[in-house]
Amino acid sequence: MRVQTKGSGLCKLTVEDEMTIYTAVKLKETLMEHLQRCSELEIDLSQVDEMDTAGFQLLLLAKREAMQANKALCLVSHSRATLEVLDLYNMAAYFGDPLVLSEQGGTKETRP
Amino acid sequence: MTMEQAKQTFLEESRELLQEMEDALLALEDEPADTEIVNALFRAAHTIKGSGGVFGFAVVVGFTHVVESVLGRVRDGEMPITEALSALLLRCRDHMGQLVEHAVVDGGEPGPEVLAEGQTLLEQLASYLQSSGASPPAEGGMPVAQEAEASATGSLPVESDTWHISLRFGQDVLRNGMDPLSFLRYLTTLGEIVSLTTLHEALPAAGEMDPERCYLGFEIDFKSEADKAAIEGVFGFVADDSQIHILPPHSRIVQYVEMIEGLPEDPLRLGEMLVKGGALTERELTEALALQARLNADQGEEQRRRVGEVLVDQGVVQPQVINAALNKQQQIKEYKAQQSKFVRVDTDKLGQLINLVGELVIASANTHLLAQRFADAGLLESVSVFSHLVEEIRDSALQLRMVQIGETFNRFKRVVHDVSRELGKDIELLLSGGDTELDKAVVERLGDPLMHLVRNAIDHGIEPAERRRAVGKPEQGMLRLNAYHDSGSIVIEVADDGGGIDRDKVFDKAVRAGLVSPQQSLSDHEVFRLIFEPGLSTASAVTDLSGRGVGMDVVKRAIEGLRGSIDVDSQLGVGTTLTIRLPLTLAIIDGFLVGVGNASYVVPLDTVVECLELSEQERQETQRHHYINLRGEVLPLLSLRTLFHENTKKSQRENVVVVQYAGQKAGLLVDELHGEFHTVIKPLGDVFKRLSGISGATILGSGEVALILDVQALTQQAEMQKSAEHPIRHSELPHSIPTP
Repeated sequence: MRVQTKGSGLCKLTVEDEMTIYTAVKLKETLMEHLQRCSELEIDLSQVDEMDTAGFQLLLLAKREAMQANKALCLVSHSRATLEVLDLYNMAAYFGDPLVLSEQGGTKETRP
Repeated sequence: MTMEQAKQTFLEESRELLQEMEDALLALEDEPADTEIVNALFRAAHTIKGSGGVFGFAVVVGFTHVVESVLGRVRDGEMPITEALSALLLRCRDHMGQLVEHAVVDGGEPGPEVLAEGQTLLEQLASYLQSSGASPPAEGGMPVAQEAEASATGSLPVESDTWHISLRFGQDVLRNGMDPLSFLRYLTTLGEIVSLTTLHEALPAAGEMDPERCYLGFEIDFKSEADKAAIEGVFGFVADDSQIHILPPHSRIVQYVEMIEGLPEDPLRLGEMLVKGGALTERELTEALALQARLNADQGEEQRRRVGEVLVDQGVVQPQVINAALNKQQQIKEYKAQQSKFVRVDTDKLGQLINLVGELVIASANTHLLAQRFADAGLLESVSVFSHLVEEIRDSALQLRMVQIGETFNRFKRVVHDVSRELGKDIELLLSGGDTELDKAVVERLGDPLMHLVRNAIDHGIEPAERRRAVGKPEQGMLRLNAYHDSGSIVIEVADDGGGIDRDKVFDKAVRAGLVSPQQSLSDHEVFRLIFEPGLSTASAVTDLSGRGVGMDVVKRAIEGLRGSIDVDSQLGVGTTLTIRLPLTLAIIDGFLVGVGNASYVVPLDTVVECLELSEQERQETQRHHYINLRGEVLPLLSLRTLFHENTKKSQRENVVVVQYAGQKAGLLVDELHGEFHTVIKPLGDVFKRLSGISGATILGSGEVALILDVQALTQQAEMQKSAEHPIRHSELPHSIPTP
């Protein structure tokens, strides 16, 4: 996990591991910790070469927590593996991030 | 994909995963602390359990679960991988393999001895689990998913022609190795997911959320030709602890109402989703909700009719949903395209194709011959193009059966590991040339002889560590498997850096066995070759000759059965190399057609080095001795006319075809050279099995039969004939034995 913090309260997280049940416990801690600290969280998924339901739930959790705390959370640079899960679960619209591979899906970037 | 095909896929995947497990376990012995490898190991077991679960192979899941639990402890650093554990896990891996094969191939319970083995392994595994509270393996009972009964009160069916599947996964499914994703993926093989809504309201607040639990539910509209049992079967393994409702197309509204009532979410929210997914129209929803409100009240005829009249209102569906559905379809198409990159074909069909191509080759040769007779330029050109195409078809057809030898090589990692462990030796296996390709039929029949050679090398070739230390060699022994292509054949080498073969001991043994006389002077190479003689394959030879001799005649026979040959080279104290040469394929060869008298013979083209015409003077000489001077080299000659008792009048000219096999050259004396010729090998009947010098027959374009010469046997014959004439000169000729 690589973390980059900007002065404006923006925090960029790059997940550098798989997002699966094997990494879920640790990942949850990290995600929640950073979400608490910053006002805007950007999660880079480009390095995630494997994602299962446990990993997907963490994204859901982070998104919901962010929305409840009125913070912005966006997912960027989705890897193929993460896109596949989002599409299969039909949840791309929920996260509302622009997707490179399924742009014609018409998902609009929505910020709370 | 039918269930049967899916099972086959599972079988193949499992085999790959088991291979990964084996590789990982072996790798761990060198790097016991490598977490990557431990993870890979754990994941392989986990995946086998998971996909086994999808098919309801309870025995596989039950056993693998325990293995996985032990691996889980290793992964969490609770205990190290010891040598004993590694050996146990290897056995477990083998057992898993058996269980998987039983489950898929026989479809039934494994035999009692397999079960007994499993029990023993489980008991041993249990000792590694004692301090942890591992959950017992999942039981195999699978209740059929709930079925919403059609209401007898008889409301009208809904319009939608899709199945509706409502899933609420149990919290423990992830921990049990089952991922909802894989169920959905599998579902897509039965049909098309028209719409899918993920329900995540059950996700608790961050504090209470356990990342290893599953909180998701799904509402799916699914278009499929499959029957209900098949769709239920997809979720069979989670039916126990998950809520599953499956409504067939055109179910009655009452059934939807019943389902909605059975689900934890708010009926309104669920209703919206059903409309969104296209399962219900908005009107139907209103109806349903109204129906729910007065479930027991009578329904008016009028109202029911109205429901039937409503058209599907596409407008209520959000554009996003349509787009998502389109994306989904696109993805499925891409996935299918990827799947179709490989086609699994029955080997029988391939064999039939190759036979047909063989006939085509013969027919093409016939056409070629006829065209030559007519001497029509246009026809000749057309036939030449045609022959060229046939050749390419033949090559590609044969290519279909080519497989890399690497997989066969990899099997020996385990053998080397096990046998060397058993004998207390430390042996490193080096593999090279694994991408060398050869005919599948050859590979299959090569396994046993190779196994023999490898075991021999470990058992008798490589010395125990103390002796190696004493003679100043590194303690770790080295065994090398190498493969490469060489002039139309494939060469496989099994080399060790062991004690080598003691020439004198072999010679003594051979003399005692009556194979050679004590006075005979033999080159080292000739002595080493004696180990392939049946007489030396006695048990006492094991100790006397450091064992190289056990069953070597069997190995040799097996290799020769593949039209190949085996050779040995050894240096006392340094090591031994066994070299196997095999033809690339068993079915078709490029030949060189020659004529002797009225008969035709085919020499495999790969073995032909050059052709020369004999001058009158040389012809005279060959009357006296059976060799000629080929640019300063002694070339033994073999007259096919004499060999095959051809009684016709001697022709005016004689030609020599110089052939080479495994470094030995010989000249075949023939009348005419007809040139290159592609042909299909027709095996000879049993009657001709014992004929030396002939490996098969073929049919010429004219319909005549030509014999295919066994160059290996002929060069040996020529060599023997020459050494009989010139025993002194023999030692001057170098034996070129391919060395690594």
